[in-house]
Amino acid sequence: MKKRRKWLSSGLINGALVLLVLLWSVPTFGLFVSSFRTREDIQTSGWWTVFPHREWQTTKTLNVKELGLDPNSIMTIEGVQGDFKQFRKGIEKGNKRIQWVGNKRLGRIEVQERKWTVNWHFTLDNYKQVLFGREMEITTAKGETETIPGQDMTQAFLNSLTVSIPATIIPILIAAFAAYAFAWMNFPARRLMFILVVGLLVVPLQIALVPILSDYNKLGLNGTFLGIWLAHTGFGLALAIYLLYNYISTLPREMLESAFIDGASHFTVFVRLVLPLSVSALASFAIFQFLWVWNDYLVALVFLGNDPTNKVVTQRLADLTGTFGNAWHILTAGAFVTMVLPLIVFISLQRYFVRGLLAGSIKG
Amino acid sequence: MALYDSGNERHESALARLGAWLVRLALAAVIPLIAFAAIYAGYIFLKNSHAPKWVIAGVAIVWGVGGFAVLYWVFNGIVEKLPGVWSERLLPFVFVGPAMAILTWYLALPVYRTFWLSLFDRDGFPPGFSPFRPWTWPAGIHSSAFVGLANYITTFTQDIFQVAIRNNLMWIVFGSTLSVGFGLLVAALADRSKFERVSKSLIFLPMAISFVGAGVIWRFMYVVRPPNQPQIGLLNAITVALGGTPHPWDKWVDIAPWNNLFLIVIVIWLQAGFAMVLFSAALKGIPEELIEAGRIDGASELQIFFRIMLPYIMGTIITTWTTIVIFTLKIFDVVWVMTGGQYGTHVIATLFYRQSFTARNSGMGSAIAIVLLLAVIPVMIYNLKQFREKEAF
Repeated sequence: MKKRRKWLSSGLINGALVLLVLLWSVPTFGLFVSSFRTREDIQTSGWWTVFPHREWQTTKTLNVKELGLDPNSIMTIEGVQGDFKQFRKGIEKGNKRIQWVGNKRLGRIEVQERKWTVNWHFTLDNYKQVLFGREMEITTAKGETETIPGQDMTQAFLNSLTVSIPATIIPILIAAFAAYAFAWMNFPARRLMFILVVGLLVVPLQIALVPILSDYNKLGLNGTFLGIWLAHTGFGLALAIYLLYNYISTLPREMLESAFIDGASHFTVFVRLVLPLSVSALASFAIFQFLWVWNDYLVALVFLGNDPTNKVVTQRLADLTGTFGNAWHILTAGAFVTMVLPLIVFISLQRYFVRGLLAGSIKG
Repeated sequence: MALYDSGNERHESALARLGAWLVRLALAAVIPLIAFAAIYAGYIFLKNSHAPKWVIAGVAIVWGVGGFAVLYWVFNGIVEKLPGVWSERLLPFVFVGPAMAILTWYLALPVYRTFWLSLFDRDGFPPGFSPFRPWTWPAGIHSSAFVGLANYITTFTQDIFQVAIRNNLMWIVFGSTLSVGFGLLVAALADRSKFERVSKSLIFLPMAISFVGAGVIWRFMYVVRPPNQPQIGLLNAITVALGGTPHPWDKWVDIAPWNNLFLIVIVIWLQAGFAMVLFSAALKGIPEELIEAGRIDGASELQIFFRIMLPYIMGTIITTWTTIVIFTLKIFDVVWVMTGGQYGTHVIATLFYRQSFTARNSGMGSAIAIVLLLAVIPVMIYNLKQFREKEAF
């Protein structure tokens, strides 16, 4: 009896869990599948039709005139009786459906059967169109070739890399030096400075956008990569110092002291000892910051501006949503292009990321 | 003789020391110069080059990262070559200085500057006035550009701002609570399941997706087609299959303000994984004896969860909830990409963006930014209090 109850409760737990996991995964999965479907397919059927499902398929087409039917009276077609309105909607009988297609005078009659089918017309054209800047030719389902402009997301992808990599490493470098100083050096106003760091942890970055933008206008940093690296550094630094301090201050005191006795300078100890020992903390913050910067939209929008040669992937994708709001073959592929790198980073380094989260994360 | 010898030696070593000192001085001057020249050359290359885009990207990355590393190395080198006492006094500032300078420039001073901006009209400070030169204040106060608290009054009396406040409250109440709720549910379920790792990974996955990307994913979920056409959005397909009529969900004005919930769902979808990870770790930290004791006393699984586990991880729940509240308070990208603030979905951050960058009204924009700041001040005070209680620093 007890065993059965246990089995039941574990079934309930797993069932609920599977349901939640499905709920969480279906939106992304739908996007992923759709990005490989042809333009026509996306617009005419749901992405779930790639799974086996039953669909009405026309097996026979009959000519109204040949049958000599009068649409204004009750007709008998293939052993089914009904008037025009009913046939127009389609009359089902057994596994068959008889439907009048078109108007009264020029219509035809389709005999349809419900058949198991899958919609498997997959293509890479969407990605080609989104990634490459040149005009490109695609073949439509009807066999015609059509020339369409590409979206050149490759440039945006490179821009995102150019923004994200330095905007991840620079704050870590600066924060690691500062965290080391807070943990292992004595200097005036040390406590006051750290209080500033803690206080700035939750300050919303919106507060800084207008003043910094006016500084950038004066300094000519507007729309430059240096400008956006520094901005991301400024907005991520408080959290970076806080997290790295928490880690670096727990390193064993004796080890560092023995290095100083051997005559090592602070710089040497920092580079040779502290950095290698903190790799896991640095990595966890690096992933956090990388995802933050790569996925950021607001900071890029404000500081990189409207120059198309500088735009990052999130900006390009947002532009696409604006201009091609219903061109789902472009949007799905475009969205996946923006997601692929963070997803790879995230999946392969999830363990470090979780560790970083657990170290405490409040971001301003 | 011995004396003379040693004297000579001392003399020589003094000369050698002078030579060494001169060489070091030269090096200390030359190395920074070379370093600065290299950094400048990189800057010029990036500015004027017509090289292939991937070359430029590569150079920019190396230049950006390398430049900062070289600067630290150079300044450390200079300070280390100073006389002992000065070296010891200045070195901490080489380490901590850049961080403090950037934090001050990018966050601390802007708080002050934005506050001042919020007291002026749309064009910001009149010529000749700067908040850093307060003695120019009379010039400011006589100028018509100074509007005092008028921006705040206009902001709070605008219908659209009241709608935004209401929406932000909805975001906070539903967004953070449901994120925490689902996070807790998944953490608790996964803790007892064989599929813990897989299920946690899949629920955590959306955290890697940008708001803009998530916006596209959910727009696709909400696509609406006329009733006689096949629905290609999953939500409307399900609605139609169940006999309902298709709706544009997040853009469905008839049900306002509840159409906001369809935007809030997106953030729950993104943040539940974050909450789950924190809760899962906290649940694993509960001592096994505690739960065992509850079992022996005959508590049911539900009782164990609500009476033992939940109180034990309450601290984590509150911290996580606060983090998500701060996060939802500043929500911008989702709304901007999904609806652009139309259909009654504006929030404080989208209004801030609209005023500051679309309408170019820096006074109003700054006032809204200050409102955002005021909203997080309780959390800031709590953080500082926590820090003061930490004796170790």
